[in-house]
Amino acid sequence: MKLRKVSAASAAVLALALTATACGGDDKDSGSSGGDSKKITIGIKFDQPGLGQKTPDGYAGFDVDIATYVAKKLGYTEDQIEWKESKSADRETMLQRGDVDFIAATYSITPQRQEKVDFAGPYLLAHQDVLIRADDDKIKSPEDLNNAKLCSVTGSTSAQNIKDKLAPKAQLQPYPTYSACLPGLQNGAIDALTTDDSILAGYASQSQFKGKFKLGGFKLTNENYGIGVKKGSDLKDKINKALEEMVADKSWDKAVKDNFGPANYNNEPAPKIGDIKS
Amino acid sequence: MSSVLYDAQGPRAKRRNVLFTVVFLVALAALLWWVISTLNDKGQLEWALWKPFFTGTEAWSTYIWPGLQNTLKAAVLAVVIALPLGAALGIARLSDHQWVRVPAAIVVEFFRSIPVLVLMIFGLALFAEYTDVSSDDRPLYAVVTGLVLYNASVLAEIVRSGILSLPKGQAEGAMAIGLRKGQVMRLILLPQAVTAMLPAIVSQLVVILKDTALGGAILTFPELLASANTMSGYYGANVIASYTVVAVIYIALNFALTSFASWLERRLRRAKKSTGAVLSADDVETADAGTVGKI
Amino acid sequence: MFDFLQDYDLAGAVWTTVQLAVLSAVGSLIWGTMLAAMRVGPVPLMRAFGTAYVNIVRNIPLTVIILFASLGLSQTLGVTLGGGNDFETINFRLAVLGLILYTSSFVCEALRSGINTVPVGQAEAARALGLSFGQVLRLVVLPQAFRSSVVPLANVLIALIKNTTVAAAIGVAETALLMKEMIENEAQLLLISAVIALVFVVLTLPTGLILGWVGKKVAVKR
Repeated sequence: MKLRKVSAASAAVLALALTATACGGDDKDSGSSGGDSKKITIGIKFDQPGLGQKTPDGYAGFDVDIATYVAKKLGYTEDQIEWKESKSADRETMLQRGDVDFIAATYSITPQRQEKVDFAGPYLLAHQDVLIRADDDKIKSPEDLNNAKLCSVTGSTSAQNIKDKLAPKAQLQPYPTYSACLPGLQNGAIDALTTDDSILAGYASQSQFKGKFKLGGFKLTNENYGIGVKKGSDLKDKINKALEEMVADKSWDKAVKDNFGPANYNNEPAPKIGDIKS
Repeated sequence: MSSVLYDAQGPRAKRRNVLFTVVFLVALAALLWWVISTLNDKGQLEWALWKPFFTGTEAWSTYIWPGLQNTLKAAVLAVVIALPLGAALGIARLSDHQWVRVPAAIVVEFFRSIPVLVLMIFGLALFAEYTDVSSDDRPLYAVVTGLVLYNASVLAEIVRSGILSLPKGQAEGAMAIGLRKGQVMRLILLPQAVTAMLPAIVSQLVVILKDTALGGAILTFPELLASANTMSGYYGANVIASYTVVAVIYIALNFALTSFASWLERRLRRAKKSTGAVLSADDVETADAGTVGKI
Repeated sequence: MFDFLQDYDLAGAVWTTVQLAVLSAVGSLIWGTMLAAMRVGPVPLMRAFGTAYVNIVRNIPLTVIILFASLGLSQTLGVTLGGGNDFETINFRLAVLGLILYTSSFVCEALRSGINTVPVGQAEAARALGLSFGQVLRLVVLPQAFRSSVVPLANVLIALIKNTTVAAAIGVAETALLMKEMIENEAQLLLISAVIALVFVVLTLPTGLILGWVGKKVAVKR
């Protein structure tokens, strides 16, 4: 415990030196959620087309549409939303620290995460799947992935899952981002890109890739996308209500169609709130 | 221009040179042709992939500029913190007291022999575990921590050799007129050494700038290289195009810095009438690491 | 206390680091010497190429070069470097290639400054004997230049050993990647870091000391 204190102190000194010099950069204090200033901070992904992607006109994607709708129901206009990038590894900490009010960032509900944060939803049922070339007729079942060359992002568990459970002889190429896998996939240097089908559909829907890629449709896992909130937050019930309304007034269907439409993505019907498929 | 390494060229040598030139040119052209035609075959030269960078400014203002800002921020912070730290360590290594000299030497040698990436990974985990730095800032802190620890020790060596490069008479003269040790260092040695060190310090800036890219590739620090990732997500996975543009920016930036360093060096060499040497970029290993060269 | 090490192949990762360093060192010594020869040679085009190469490559982050080797050279241009279908082999070789391309520009500069320390009289005398450019370089100038650039070359080698960690960016299972994996899965942050730091200290410090001693030993006394 002593050691912890010392290192904490020394790190804090360094941190202080850093902030002292870093001031004037960007104002981070807006992160504290405040009803009085009438702002809501939402965590999304910045680099996943179809779900959460930073674009020159702002942010676009299914997660963004969901979050915007929910925020509106909570009483915020679009201008009052502040978007923050929440990388997969950072999501729980961001919620626990109150950096964001809620997170909609391909956030699967799992028991481990539920110990740390609360989830509203689920709002989408996705499955781990593979993206393959449209003319590829060799990969028809998950077993065909043996000997295949897989691509995924560094630190992702989905590719490792396939290798461990289904295709021990498969090869793995990690890259910093999914888009780095696509040229190789196009050229045949890579056979399959693997992650959640929603993310894959987002890539396949981009106009440049129309007709070039298809989804394997293997449904390897169930990924229940939820909206993460701080443990014990009263936002959970309000968000659940907003999500129900979104499904009821068909905005949900529209968001799916807008973002995944071109990929022929066979989305699951809108899940019932609290219905977590394991 | 004639060189001492070969004679002025006669007709036969000239013919041979022409032959070499032609062969080399053909080889280069063949390589270039292969690269371009293969890229073209694979559809990587399609205008749609490159268009965002040449028409309109949105790609620059949305992705590249914020990334570049973070790169520069990390580099500047690292220099600003590492310089005084390095100077202190460098002077400590020259101390008369063993209990100052030895620990300083150990610190310097230790951090110089560890890869900066290892220091960054360590920093990231350290901040996550023991501090409440927000996840937004953590990668920046980790990158700066790694860069500071490593570059402070490199700068310490630059400072030390800068001071050692001054003629002995400077310190002796200063002591002869009754200055104390601290005064000798502050009034006589450091001012002269700093001018001598400037080019080496600017060159070290290039190393720092290049090393920030590690943060983008491995630590999720949203700097210039990482901006290529976000960008290629939006522009239809134009990874090759994005990385090429980013590489060109790095080259331009660092080339400007390198040229500035050698201009500074030439200018200082010319202005120099009496004391010491001017430490050039090559004297201090810019591949990073390493003991300061032949001083 | 060190139980967690059993679950990880530390020795294998360190061995990969060493292999990366040794192969890249040999490669960059060869390519760097050729570049230096081009830069001091009589053919203007080669001189220009050497200068341009060094100035461009030195100013790109190694991370970008290695990512390019993987994304551009391998994934797009289809170069596998004889690695067949095996990603591990291909990535390892690509990392070596990237390290060679990068490090050789520093080797070239170290050698060039070594060439500058050879007195003019040496080359002049060699020319007076009727030796050609190739012979002057091979028989007279380079042997002396190498001897006086042992220390700068040692610095480049140390930098290279540390730079092998960048191969982690394309997933080569070397020491830094293992460190990252260990830190993500285990709690002993300080212990893990100390072990990894020790590995690099052991790899780099003796290299510097031994080559520094060799450099003094072989230096041409003038």
